[in-house]
Amino acid sequence: MKKLALLATIVTGALLIYGVQDFAPWGDPDAPASRHLSPHYIEKAVEETHVPNLVTAVLGDYRGYDTMFETVVIFCAGMAVVSVLRRPKS
Amino acid sequence: MMDQRTESCDIIIRMTVRIMMPFIQLFGLYVIVHGHYSPGGGFQGGVILGAAYIMLSIAFGLKDSTRYLSEKANAVMGSIGPMIFVGVAIVCALVGGLFLDYSALDKIIPLGPIEWRSMGIFLVEVGVGLAVMNIMLSLYWDLASNGEMEEGL
Repeated sequence: MKKLALLATIVTGALLIYGVQDFAPWGDPDAPASRHLSPHYIEKAVEETHVPNLVTAVLGDYRGYDTMFETVVIFCAGMAVVSVLRRPKS
Repeated sequence: MMDQRTESCDIIIRMTVRIMMPFIQLFGLYVIVHGHYSPGGGFQGGVILGAAYIMLSIAFGLKDSTRYLSEKANAVMGSIGPMIFVGVAIVCALVGGLFLDYSALDKIIPLGPIEWRSMGIFLVEVGVGLAVMNIMLSLYWDLASNGEMEEGL
């Protein structure tokens, strides 16, 4: 069973490495990732949000949902640790 | 037990922590507030603020450090953080915008819709900072003392 798991891991890893070859070159301006929304953020973010820091504008405004649930995840992690570990004084 | 421990803590360490504490907290607030103009924001500033209190509980002993920020206050503040975030989002929806569309807050206090998008990010970052700070501290408290809150590292 262990050998089977190792084999599955190696095959999956090899497939993933094979798939990496089809990635666009790093920093390619014509890559699909940099043609869709990135130009809009880079050109319009300061105009639309008055935030000079693009990262903050994307994090807090355009990707507000993401940040909101990141906060909720951190909160849930804290609550989980408290509810598992915290013991009242005996 | 705890009194002995506090007595045995080095006075140099305690005085150093006492002097450093306000500066670290001020820096944490700066990182949160200055997130609009430089690297930083709620997550990073919250971690710095949390680290300040973790330093306090290492130097003063875990139980004595809860005099400065009690467990209950910590839990309340940690819950207020996400509530600020979700609350701002819901208020946006209630006054007629979309969920998390900060420009709708212009209808409550007229600053201009674009300026409100900047202000909304700031409000939200404060909530993130509160949540991260208090959750970091509560993780440290519970993991370092086995959940008994008697004696830390």
